[in-house]
Amino acid sequence: MWIHVFKIAYKVLLRRKFFTFVSLFGTGLTILVLVVVAAMLDDLLAPRAPEVHLDRTLQVSRMAMRGEQREWTGSPGFGFLDRYCRDLPHVTTMSIFTVGQDVATFVAGEKIVSQLRRTDAAYWRILDFDFLDGRPFGESEVTDGAPVAVLTSSAARRIFRDRDPVGASFDAGGQTLRVIGVVRDVPFFRSSAYADIWAPYTTAATEDYRTRLMGGFQALLLVDSRARFDEIRAEFASRLPHVEMTDPEHYDRMDGGPWTRLEEVASEVAGTSDESERPRTGWFLGALGLLALLFMLLPAINLVNMTMSRIFERVSEIGVRKAFGASTGQLVAQFVMENVLLSVVGGLIGLGLAFWVLHLINASGWIPNADLVVNYRVVSYGLLLSMFFGVLSGAYPAWRMARLDPVQSLRGGER
Amino acid sequence: MNETLVLENRSAPVRTGTAVRLTGVAKVHRTDRIETVALSEVHLEVGEGEFLSVMGPSGSGKSTLLNIVGLLDRPTEGTVEIAGQAMNGLSDRELAPLRNREIGFVFQTFHLIQDLRVRDNVEIPLLYRRLPRGERRALAEAALERVGLSARMGHFPAQLSGGQRQRVAIARAIVGRPRILLADEPTGNLDSRMGDEIIAILEELNREAGTTIVMVTHDARLAERTNRIVRLFDGRQVQ
Ligand SMILES: Nc1ncnc2c1ncn2[C@@H]1O[C@H](COP(=O)(O)OP(=O)(O)OP(=O)(O)O)[C@@H](O)[C@H]1O
Ligand SMILES: [Mg+2]
Repeated sequence: MWIHVFKIAYKVLLRRKFFTFVSLFGTGLTILVLVVVAAMLDDLLAPRAPEVHLDRTLQVSRMAMRGEQREWTGSPGFGFLDRYCRDLPHVTTMSIFTVGQDVATFVAGEKIVSQLRRTDAAYWRILDFDFLDGRPFGESEVTDGAPVAVLTSSAARRIFRDRDPVGASFDAGGQTLRVIGVVRDVPFFRSSAYADIWAPYTTAATEDYRTRLMGGFQALLLVDSRARFDEIRAEFASRLPHVEMTDPEHYDRMDGGPWTRLEEVASEVAGTSDESERPRTGWFLGALGLLALLFMLLPAINLVNMTMSRIFERVSEIGVRKAFGASTGQLVAQFVMENVLLSVVGGLIGLGLAFWVLHLINASGWIPNADLVVNYRVVSYGLLLSMFFGVLSGAYPAWRMARLDPVQSLRGGER
Repeated sequence: MNETLVLENRSAPVRTGTAVRLTGVAKVHRTDRIETVALSEVHLEVGEGEFLSVMGPSGSGKSTLLNIVGLLDRPTEGTVEIAGQAMNGLSDRELAPLRNREIGFVFQTFHLIQDLRVRDNVEIPLLYRRLPRGERRALAEAALERVGLSARMGHFPAQLSGGQRQRVAIARAIVGRPRILLADEPTGNLDSRMGDEIIAILEELNREAGTTIVMVTHDARLAERTNRIVRLFDGRQVQ
């Protein structure tokens, strides 16, 4: 049966080349856009190096400190993370590090701005950086506040030009750091890993950060299994009431929680103001789906129109199939299937185009260090979306075609 | 699997029961303004293994009658029985497999699917049964052999003459070994020599496989060759 459907679909495609071209082109462009978006989301949400364990990582990157009159939302402080977030159950590794900060380096009178993160040693264990040369800094260097740094290869090239960076020193925001490692550039969307320069957090200019509850830091919690996320959230929540406030006159409590990357992005997009609630990812994904649907609707309606205008070509076939035992349901299935095949071909074209467009985006520097790829996840999204598009644009014409009266369909007509 | 067994059994000529029984069948087409009576008060019994012709002037309801017997159309009044089973009140889903197993159609204008090769056209009725591909193919080839078109299996309908196309249509109608073959002016678009060939094939099917045949024709000479002639006039049976 499938081979038969395939043959017919193929012939129908060849019959009107212009129609086929227009519909494949339309489907291809639609799928292209959706696949590019899917590749970006995949880049953001899927575990990709250095964030290889993203699927079992929670992050504490946004907290709120509240009082009668005041509210402070933003990144948590080192004091809070270090004192209240350690030793959560099932957390195998925890890393505390700063949000990125721009620092300037002057090379031969030219100002070079890089993004610097100050991190602990565990950072290098949770995230899997690709070391091109040298090594990360370890526990003792962090304890001692050793003025060492890891650079990305392009930061190293900007600062040291042709010189070998490892072992060399440079000035970052008025502080001299010695390079001990060079890593491959990190794409912008790997948000906890993205930076140009990394140094031990103990190299910070002052010690103020140690006690602060809010500001400038974030934490990654590597969990042994994602099934434990809720348990960890519950423990985290139970610790919050015991936080000793540093400014009890103005603030009396802290809200927030360890979130997944998806929850993080969802709250970012929704602009959630209440940190005490877990971001509703269902809404976010639902909204994404709805946007995709709306985006597909217009080309689908176009295709429906084109298909409807060609029903007459197949009237005799419909009559014959009914006369020889096809039920209306079977015919609907056949026509929908035909359309799905057509859409999948269009989808493959779209995927091919996406491959090329993503390459252009990567090369354009529009997103720093972009490394958008068509991987198996993106391919399966593309195929699923094109199948869905096939059903969307094929269901109504199929239903109309299958309901034609066989007696009328078989009347006359030279065949 | 059961299905094929039953079919095999049926290929032997059995001339005992009634293949088709119409009782008080009427068909009225109602549109907003007018009511057209296509058939009224038709009582017809076709014996198993019978070869019957239906004659009558244009518009007398011959095609309507055939479509009702073939379960493509529903009568507005009366009952239709196929092989002793009443068809009233059956849904499209229930009728479709009955059409598939019991009925084969041959049309004046062939109605072959232009996009499919001869072999694939003939296979169509088998697609709506759960048959493995190899078996479908073998049955289609056997049916084509039966109508003498083994050599044309890979052709497209457009590459065949009218007579050959009608033979393909007959192969398609008999490939599922239906109990009843319904032919609506099968020779209407053919010259008399090709028409004779087609009738010869139908006669042979009737004689050898015991297929019940109801054929609409305008050609008295061909009608004479069948067992019985039913005449319609203005939707009524006159004989
Ligand atoms: N859908 C319909 N609406 C209204 N009238 C119809 C419809 N279908 C058929 N009729 C009428 O029913 C009558 C019988 O039609 P039918 O096609 O059965 O005639 P026929 O005997 O096969 O004619 P012919 O020899 O020309 O094929 C005709 O008067 C026709 O106009
Ligand atoms: Mg007619």
